[in-house]
Amino acid sequence: MKWIIAIIQPHRLDAVRDALNEIGIAGLTVTEVRGYGRQKGQTEIYRGAEYQISYLPKLKLELAVDSKGVAKVVDTICESAGTGKIGDGKVFVLDLKSAVRIRTGETGNDAL
Amino acid sequence: MVDSGDTAWILTSTALVLFMTLPGLALFYGGLVQAKNILSVLMQCIAIACLASVLWVVAGYSLAFSGGNALVGGLSKAFLAGVTRDGVVDGTGIPETLFIMFQMTFAIITPALIIGAYVERVKFSFVMLFSGLWLLVVYAPVTHWVWGGGWLANLGVLDFAGGIVVHITAGVSAAVVVWQLGARQGFPDQVRPPHAPWMVMVGAAMLWVGWFGFNAGSALAAGTDASMAMLVTHLSASAASLVWMCIDWVKFGKPSLVGLVTGTIAGLATITPASGFVGPAGGIGLGLAGGFLCYYAVDIVKSRFKLDDSLDVLAVHGVGGATGTLLAAVFASTALGGVGFADGMSMGSQFGVQVIGVVATIVWAAVASLLIVKVCQAVSGFRSSDEEIIEGLDFTSHGEKGYHF
Repeated sequence: MKWIIAIIQPHRLDAVRDALNEIGIAGLTVTEVRGYGRQKGQTEIYRGAEYQISYLPKLKLELAVDSKGVAKVVDTICESAGTGKIGDGKVFVLDLKSAVRIRTGETGNDAL
Repeated sequence: MVDSGDTAWILTSTALVLFMTLPGLALFYGGLVQAKNILSVLMQCIAIACLASVLWVVAGYSLAFSGGNALVGGLSKAFLAGVTRDGVVDGTGIPETLFIMFQMTFAIITPALIIGAYVERVKFSFVMLFSGLWLLVVYAPVTHWVWGGGWLANLGVLDFAGGIVVHITAGVSAAVVVWQLGARQGFPDQVRPPHAPWMVMVGAAMLWVGWFGFNAGSALAAGTDASMAMLVTHLSASAASLVWMCIDWVKFGKPSLVGLVTGTIAGLATITPASGFVGPAGGIGLGLAGGFLCYYAVDIVKSRFKLDDSLDVLAVHGVGGATGTLLAAVFASTALGGVGFADGMSMGSQFGVQVIGVVATIVWAAVASLLIVKVCQAVSGFRSSDEEIIEGLDFTSHGEKGYHF
């Protein structure tokens, strides 16, 4: 099992969810986060003065998947979240040791 | 003899001018600060409103509008002594109780305007003590000079609704407070942007509508003067807004909302002293002048003077008020659609009187404010601690938070 963390542009969320639904991914956790990468924030101008906004709003998606489907899920996220512009985000994949569905007690892939 | 039409209009105007502060100015300023300081700004506005109301009745009204000498009124109407239910203001058709209340709303908004200078870093106890003393020492005497039969009134100064009385006094005093208080942490490069630009627009729109009461109400009658004042006020606000929007657009590639509504306030402050004396051409002319001058004044105050007048009280109100006061002498000319000059007065001599009024007010507001700041520093404290500033004044000063997510 793998744990996928994706940092994406907030306005791409619906596209990513629809694409993941199409390939049968049943669950997803979303958190509003702020951060910066190579995009290095942005400049906003109020009353003629420039303000550096260092931390930009992003969404953090987290989902657990069967090891066999990882490549497809990562590709799907990259395709649906991508705009081709700097600031599109990143996808990270981690090993996931165990999973339990609280209601039934199922474990491993059955719990996903 | 009370005139019911005049009285009805000034009753309405009084409500409009109070609405400028509560909640117009509070929201205008509140949106411009960081989220952790919104409540402190709202609190300062409403607390000053309450304090100024009581002080106005205790002594402010008397110091401004009762006899006295050329420099300050007397105390014969302290606690509204001698004011009766049936009293009518000489030369008008409105009850004195209404005049007291109408003028009280001006006494409320003027110290509240100064809030814009010291937001996000000042002790609340200072705000209260400073505002109270300032109302009695700066605002009431200058009001007496201009509107209460004092020396500027005797010279024939033109200030219809408070370019000198309200905007120059507030703008200059704001700069003096900031000079003593110091800048926000990180000024000028690292300060945080406005937390709610939409709120700034809502507040500015309330100020705009309320300003109809401020300027057209200053006619103290429901007639031709009030009607023209409302028209020119609206034109000046619109013209200055467009000027500000266009400069932003050309300079930065995008027309900004915060910029446009700042232009609105600049245009309103600029037309204020002239609003009863000029015609539509004057309204637009003053709006254009105020828009341009205030825009560049914002940059000059912050970049050249290095003064963290955080919400631009000097640049918008002080510069706008002074511009309108001086140009009133030009646009009052009948050739430009104005009402013309008093007997024996020409554009040149009127301009001279306006300069005297502006300079004298700047000097008095600056000197007196500095003394008041020194007194307050000793009594109430002044600047919040660095820890309080970092955590935000909402919680450290008032124990509340503006937003719970």
